[in-house]
Amino acid sequence: MHNPSEEFKIPIGPQHPALKEPESFSVALRGEKILGVDIRLGYNHRGIEKACEERTYIQDMYLIERVCGICSHSHSTCFIQAVEEIAGLAVPRRALYIRTLVAELERIHSHLLWLGVAGHEIGFDTLLMYTWRDREIVMDILAELTGNRVNYGINTIGGVRRDISSIQIQETLKAMDLLEERTKYYIELGLEETTIIKRLSGVGVLSYEDSLHFDAVGPTARASGVKRDVRKDDPYASYGEISFDVITDTGADVYARTIVRLKELMESYKIVRQCLKNLPDGPITVRAPRKIPAGEALSRYEAPRGEDVHYVKSNGTDKPERVKVRAPTLANVQAVKHMLKDRFLADMPIVIAAIDPCFSCTDRLVSLKDDDKKADVMTWQALHDYSIKWHSQRGVDFGKLNKKLQERLSK
Amino acid sequence: MRPGKMLREVLRTGLKKPVTVLYPKEKLDLPEHFRGKLKFNPEKCIGCKLCMKDCPTNAIVINQVGEKQFEAAIDLGKCIYCAQCVDSCLKKALEYTKEVELAQLDAQKLKVVFGAEIKSDTKKTSL
Ligand code: SF4
Ligand code: SF4
Repeated sequence: MHNPSEEFKIPIGPQHPALKEPESFSVALRGEKILGVDIRLGYNHRGIEKACEERTYIQDMYLIERVCGICSHSHSTCFIQAVEEIAGLAVPRRALYIRTLVAELERIHSHLLWLGVAGHEIGFDTLLMYTWRDREIVMDILAELTGNRVNYGINTIGGVRRDISSIQIQETLKAMDLLEERTKYYIELGLEETTIIKRLSGVGVLSYEDSLHFDAVGPTARASGVKRDVRKDDPYASYGEISFDVITDTGADVYARTIVRLKELMESYKIVRQCLKNLPDGPITVRAPRKIPAGEALSRYEAPRGEDVHYVKSNGTDKPERVKVRAPTLANVQAVKHMLKDRFLADMPIVIAAIDPCFSCTDRLVSLKDDDKKADVMTWQALHDYSIKWHSQRGVDFGKLNKKLQERLSK
Repeated sequence: MRPGKMLREVLRTGLKKPVTVLYPKEKLDLPEHFRGKLKFNPEKCIGCKLCMKDCPTNAIVINQVGEKQFEAAIDLGKCIYCAQCVDSCLKKALEYTKEVELAQLDAQKLKVVFGAEIKSDTKKTSL
């Protein structure tokens, strides 16, 4: 039998019933205590950046929007801001307000979704059911304004694709009242319900210093007292003209992250109301050229999970030369390792969930090193041979399959 | 601290009727700008192929079927219903509808062609 005082390693993932996305954690344990965690990404690399280089800016918009299903507007806006900066487009104010509006609605749905997931991870499924029920209110509004529930497709280079009518404004305001009432209830619940307080307090602690050290972003950083929010620090869209508070907390644990997100919801309602009230008149697009002049731009955006960064380099054609996406999870995932150290295995699901991870969005590139040549670059052939060798060492023979494939291809 | 704070909410909701509807018997309304299956209006099309150029998934192909007559072949399996082609078309030959029940067992049936009415004396010139 295993001796509990000995170190023991368990692999969680890449395929695991508790994980929603493929990622791998190798957890070193002594008894129930976590000694260290190795996190490995790279199971969901979709080659989006490369694919962007092969497509025109217009086509890229829809591809980039699909980096993430939850914060699709974040990625599309972040990308488009970079393109617009290179092209020197002055986006109409009305379009910027609509972008801000959709961005906040997206934050609302994302935070409510997170609250439900967090409830589920701590075995409080009642919370999941109710928050997700209430989330439908904002999903309906998003569908009403943009056409669809996910991948809104509201952005276009130089503005937005759909205007909003006064009836829609009234409907949205009504929905905000309803959601505000519900959120107040959840805040009260968060402050009083024993299950939530006891289960989340003191779990996944990330001190102020550590938060800076690991460069945490978004609600994860703000719950450790770091007042960092791109909307305030480097205002984009119409955030510069809107008054709202950056919510922080000093709790530095999962409970603080819950409270920060809940209070941020209240701020989002404030922003949505201001957007609708001050919505300027005018056009919603400017004509954008198909060919973007040569140049480069870096764009930052406060996604629901934290700072999202896009880099675009153009070369004067209608296709970008390079697109780089840094999703917020990549910034936060390092901190998770630290948060889990010396904690119990049972805390793992909620600590990971507390950064609101999106591993598939994070997955960008895996650098493979050719051990023989000590070079950073591997040729396609070397990679191919390496893969065959790797599998045959583990008893999988791709030889036959490969031959069949070659025959097919040569036909 | 109060354990079981949600109990009242749960009991109250328990008395309400379910909000889910019995699909497909009952159907919910789709939002105003819902982007569903595309519709092509051959009379308006001038064959500029801008829609083809901008489609992110190459789902739409415009073919000339006669003099100043075009048909649109749309692969509904490839289309992501972004309606970029609708925006790109300067002649408003394309529009989106609220048709959503597009599932097919046979993949071939997803390839639909919105043809121009071919006049008897003209023949298909390209495919
Ligand atoms: S953009 Fe419009 S007019 Fe041009 S080919 Fe497409 S459908 Fe026809
Ligand atoms: S809706 Fe989008 S994906 Fe579908 S044919 Fe039009 S441009 Fe292509």
